[in-house]
Amino acid sequence: MTASTLDAAVRRSPVPNPSAARRRKNRRRFIGWGFLAPFLVVFVFALAAPIVYAIYLSFFQDRLVGGNVFAGFDNYVAAFQDPKFYSALGRVVLFFFVQVPIMLALSLFAALALDSARLRWPALFRITLFLPYAVPSVVAALMWGFIYGTDFGLVGNLNSFFGLSIPDPLSSNLVLAAMGNIATWAFLGYNMLIMYSALRTVPKELYEAADIDGAGAFQVIRAIKLPALRSAFVVALIFSVIGSFQLFNEPNVLRTLAPNTIATNFTPNMYAYNLSFAGQQFNYAAAIAIVMGIITMIVAYVVQTVGVRKEDR
Amino acid sequence: MAIGTPTVDRPGRSGHAGRTDRIQGTDTAERPRAQRAKRPRKSIILTAAMGLILIYSLVPLVWLLINATKTQPKLLSSFGLWFSGDFVLWDNIVQTFTYEDGAFGHWLLNTLLYVVVGAGGATILATLAGYGLARFNFPGKKAIFAIILGAVAIPGTALAVPTFLMFSSLGLTNGPWAVIIPSLISPFGLYLIWTYAMESVPVELLEAARVDGAGEIRIFFTIALRLLMPGFVTVLLFTVVATWNNYFLPLIMLSDSTWFPLTVGLNHWSAQAVSAGGQPIYNLVITGSLLTIVPIVVAFLLMQRYWQSGLTAGSVKG
Repeated sequence: MTASTLDAAVRRSPVPNPSAARRRKNRRRFIGWGFLAPFLVVFVFALAAPIVYAIYLSFFQDRLVGGNVFAGFDNYVAAFQDPKFYSALGRVVLFFFVQVPIMLALSLFAALALDSARLRWPALFRITLFLPYAVPSVVAALMWGFIYGTDFGLVGNLNSFFGLSIPDPLSSNLVLAAMGNIATWAFLGYNMLIMYSALRTVPKELYEAADIDGAGAFQVIRAIKLPALRSAFVVALIFSVIGSFQLFNEPNVLRTLAPNTIATNFTPNMYAYNLSFAGQQFNYAAAIAIVMGIITMIVAYVVQTVGVRKEDR
Repeated sequence: MAIGTPTVDRPGRSGHAGRTDRIQGTDTAERPRAQRAKRPRKSIILTAAMGLILIYSLVPLVWLLINATKTQPKLLSSFGLWFSGDFVLWDNIVQTFTYEDGAFGHWLLNTLLYVVVGAGGATILATLAGYGLARFNFPGKKAIFAIILGAVAIPGTALAVPTFLMFSSLGLTNGPWAVIIPSLISPFGLYLIWTYAMESVPVELLEAARVDGAGEIRIFFTIALRLLMPGFVTVLLFTVVATWNNYFLPLIMLSDSTWFPLTVGLNHWSAQAVSAGGQPIYNLVITGSLLTIVPIVVAFLLMQRYWQSGLTAGSVKG
């Protein structure tokens, strides 16, 4: 490296040479770029360029007459008038409003329990509850899909052994709940650990002070613990927004087991995927992917602003 | 992987009272509570309620383990949460690896390739860039940092379709690079390394090395990288799990099974069983699923504290 020889030269000279020092400083101004360059090259190629290309694609249409032509916002207008897109969007919104509160409530409970010092074997609980997060979502969906099966799955076993009549979890009324269960199972422990980590940063003096003031366990939770984990909760919520609005793996895997109840437009991501593969409608698929990306970011942004604003109060 | 991780003495961050400083940034997480000593009473109700959640977390995994020991016919006829009599786990494993001329082994090697090159590369790029952003000033730095932080918020799944569209127009799909290149980017990993570098790589130390005549590359490898090692391992773990579990991207990029990773391959087998005239091989799908999760679960259990530190950094983010 020339920089090192230059440095050495500067060091050896008994009286620092001001112009050499300035040159060295100028050179150092750009060394940071050198460290950043490999990341940036891949970043531009694998992240920025695809987004730009998808935006570009979304403004064109393949027409029978005229071929590939500029179509302005036609694809976007079509998306907002597309009942298939709306039903997909409605499903993930419902998923978000039902599955996420249940999961986060369970995670919050588990995090508070872990932190309460009143739980036996906390390390065992912490590790075991987190374990499902390590399971690939495809394997989780396959596993639960088999368990849900009414012929050889656990549901079928329970029905025949105990004479129960648990309805088929993969029937059209229940299939979204069945996916919600898989997502809850997979991410409960992950969200628990995010919140638990935040709780561990509370200085113990606060608890001592509360103790001296004679605060009860629930008062401590309300006055100290809940405010302490608010930002962690917001992070968990943002991850859940992304997880819900970008739902793909679970429905796509369960579709092989229940092709009749899970349509190709079950979620917006599945719709975009199937449009580009089965339908070869790349332009429209690009528009759907961009609309969903924007919706996801807007919701995540709103969640974050609301969460942070409450924190300031 | 943790072997050889140096213990880092961070100036300006003395150890917590009565406790040796742990190497990662979350040592606060491990400090004992005075509160605990005062209230040793354990609640049975609380433990029982958590026990229910624990059972919920474990039942599917236990189901998988038990059913990986059954033959295809017994799978259909025996109770799901108990063994069927004939214990054929080993046969199932052998069958899983030999079915379709050893496709499973092939997919396993593909997955390892994606993990080593994709996750390893992502970690190296994120470490170089995170260190560069944390410890150098250069024109345009603020703008770059804002763009990369914005990219943390872009969900990977939202990128899958656009990336596929661009790669297919370039003729890059249906090969290993289509899976590897997009997984080389980890904005979150960069963010994590940046926080680590801000905290644990002292500017004074770098300046001292420069005065001693060390070049920037040498400084990075001999000083900075050692100090960043806990962060490096954490990012490596996150990216390894992300690539190991990756499904949407390889599914969309790969059309023939030669380059499938395990996740896509397993679902391909599962779909084959339902297709018309397809032979049901649920025992292989189940055994294959078990084999897919064992390495990653073991990695999790061995590297717990790194996970914890990564999650803490994540929660500081908001």
